[in-house]
Amino acid sequence: MIAEIGHLALILAFLLALVQALTGLVGGARRDARMMAGARASALMQLLFVAMAFCALAIAYLIPDFSVALVQQHSHSTQPWPYRLAATWGSHEGSLLLWVLILALYGAAAALFGRRLRPTLVSRMLGVQALIAAAFLGLALFTSNPFLRLDPAPLDGAELNPLLQDPGLVLHPPLLYLGYVGFSAAFSLAAAALIEGRADMAFARWLRPWIIAAWSALTLGIALGSWWAYYELGWGGWWFWDPVENASLMPWLAGTALLHSAIVLEKRGALISWTLLLSILTFSLSLLGTFLVRSGVLTSVHAFAVDPARGSAILAFTVLATGAALALYGWRAPSMQTGAVFSPVSREAGLALNNLFLMAATAAVFLGTFYPVFVEVLSQGRDRISVGPPYYAITFVPLVLPLLALVSFGPMLNWKRDTLKAVFARLKWPLVISGVALIAAVLLLSVAHVLQILGATLGVWLIAGAAWVLVRRWTAGGRGEFGWRIRRTPPAVWALCLAHAGLGMTAIGIASITALETETVATLTPGQSVDFAGRRMTLTRAELVEGPNYQAERVTLHTTAPGLNREIVSERRFYPVTGTWTTEAGIDLTPLGAYYVSLGERRGDGVVIRAWNHPMVGWIWWGGLVMAFGGALSLADRRLRLAAPAGKEGKS
Amino acid sequence: MRRLLFFAPVAVLVVLAGLLWLGLRRDPATLPSTLIDQPLPAFELTAVRPGDTEGLSTDDFGGRPMLLNVFASWCVGCRVEHPFLMELSRQGVIIQGLDWKDPPGAGAAWLAEHGDPYTLVGDDPDGRTGIDLGVSGAPETFIVDANGRVRHRHVGPITPEIWEAELRPILQRLEAEG
Repeated sequence: MIAEIGHLALILAFLLALVQALTGLVGGARRDARMMAGARASALMQLLFVAMAFCALAIAYLIPDFSVALVQQHSHSTQPWPYRLAATWGSHEGSLLLWVLILALYGAAAALFGRRLRPTLVSRMLGVQALIAAAFLGLALFTSNPFLRLDPAPLDGAELNPLLQDPGLVLHPPLLYLGYVGFSAAFSLAAAALIEGRADMAFARWLRPWIIAAWSALTLGIALGSWWAYYELGWGGWWFWDPVENASLMPWLAGTALLHSAIVLEKRGALISWTLLLSILTFSLSLLGTFLVRSGVLTSVHAFAVDPARGSAILAFTVLATGAALALYGWRAPSMQTGAVFSPVSREAGLALNNLFLMAATAAVFLGTFYPVFVEVLSQGRDRISVGPPYYAITFVPLVLPLLALVSFGPMLNWKRDTLKAVFARLKWPLVISGVALIAAVLLLSVAHVLQILGATLGVWLIAGAAWVLVRRWTAGGRGEFGWRIRRTPPAVWALCLAHAGLGMTAIGIASITALETETVATLTPGQSVDFAGRRMTLTRAELVEGPNYQAERVTLHTTAPGLNREIVSERRFYPVTGTWTTEAGIDLTPLGAYYVSLGERRGDGVVIRAWNHPMVGWIWWGGLVMAFGGALSLADRRLRLAAPAGKEGKS
Repeated sequence: MRRLLFFAPVAVLVVLAGLLWLGLRRDPATLPSTLIDQPLPAFELTAVRPGDTEGLSTDDFGGRPMLLNVFASWCVGCRVEHPFLMELSRQGVIIQGLDWKDPPGAGAAWLAEHGDPYTLVGDDPDGRTGIDLGVSGAPETFIVDANGRVRHRHVGPITPEIWEAELRPILQRLEAEG
């Protein structure tokens, strides 16, 4: 019964999306107030029905109702309930439903918060958003129906991939999708502006919250995924340049560029057509990511089941949506170019340069991801190559380092016109601090690690630059005392500083772990110990434990150093239903680094223990957290919350 | 002219879409290998495991059907499939290992840590034998029949499902052929 309700709700949502597309676009063109109101109402109703469908599937998983094919394939009665719930989005069909749910969420938010905006713009935005929703709801209904039944119903189900049965993975997909799909709002809004032939500062001001919301969620999602890989895959890797990871990195890079170009558009009215183009490209890259994960065009560890039929459908839609938007851009944008002029040294120019580097980095990742496909197609299957980390070390990294160097200049530059001399003078103290950091880095890391030395120095440069923005603000001459100025610092300024400092933290973390990582392997029997990375590690207990749906070999280790005594527990779990093993690494994470222990095979009486020392590795993810928090904070800024009024600004 | 420039993104998109569409036509997992039904290319590789006197050579194949598994210590997919390979070797499936593009010692350390499902393991540090075999990435697995001919190629990790659905039937058929 519950599955049928869900199916029906999905059909209704699909029909509503069609209605919304029609009323939104036609209503916007005809300035028909009733049709435009209809589009808004359908956006809200659509969220209701998609949410109903999603809940229906979630309930089927929680019961668990094994007569639903999807539940049977990804859930087992012994699986703990949070993971049965997470299995809702652990399959292709279920995650597509989550995709559509988040799309509907953004659509409804646009309908709710867009009241103060030009009604035709909002209406057209909802229309475009509904076209995307209709395509994906159609995909769900016609190629990937999550509500198919099995008759007769089996007694029990297959299990969700044990690697995915993890708290990190419960949250990772929703956050990632909030990001990916969130860029649909920027896409729809840009398309609406292109249709209207008008992209003013009010438009840019309304564009920014959508970008920031999507960007923050995506940042958090990527950081969480990286942290999950770190502790779950059992060898301390935190980024693999896997196609699916790249699929999330590309929209992040493009989204970061968009975030900055939208600032220029809002404050100065410049970079209009570039911002519109970026809005289109960012969401296109998100769509491409969706295609990549689901089509099997590239082999990846965490792709869904390979299905060329679905792949073709998603590729067709990606090309259609991107193509239509780009054609619209090609047609409309030339007549919209009225950007204000700025000199080569100005904040506008700095942000444009930032965009250039970010897009070049995006292109590097894009090429690395798709090059194997292109080579194979062009050589008609004779040549096959795989692109690995060495490629990114010589393409991506050299693009990111100058980008990091630029970051701290941005907030110090004046709009419109500035001189290099003045900027360097303003940045005197951050420059001095970074100089000291450079010397420290050269002494700490060996000279062979040039990239890491640069990375760590630039990380300090970013943090110092961000702090300096605040210090200058608080100590600037004029009215008011110090404490008052601190309280009066707008959230947007905090956001800028946190985001930049967070990026600096991540850079320091990456530089440290890649330069200073050490590891050891030892076979230990209980009571034996090994010295590693300044600690003595003693195996105190090796035992077998029963989990709800797994058996585990568990070792308990004591690590001691002067003034330090910590217990580390590491497990290897066997899931009998799928016959697979997972590792649960034991990690002692401190601000200075992680002591990481992974359990290997048994050997005679002993067990193989592999330990790593990862200096400052936590900073990689804490930096991500700080960046995302910065983004969330800027959403609270009054200037953005007031949205962009169509006419006079009202009181709130 | 300047107006046309604004359509450049569309042109780029058309080219990319065409390439991706062609890419979709092929399935990386069941990629036809030019080696199918051909004898294995000749190779003679040095040992990976300390204590082994011989590595792996073409002559080690034949007599009965077996698997040739290409792995590397740096490869994530190999970690995923490794416990299942251990299970297969316990079931009596003969698996020969090719340690692909690994730094010296890394393959041996990896096998010591995760267990060793291989009958013989050969070292291919520069990937030369990998090129002869047409290896595109690790992990990759070939089924070689009793006469030393390549009969099937699988790209990507072997999961229990893939084993049951795809590889085990082939191996059983080959075993029946003798």
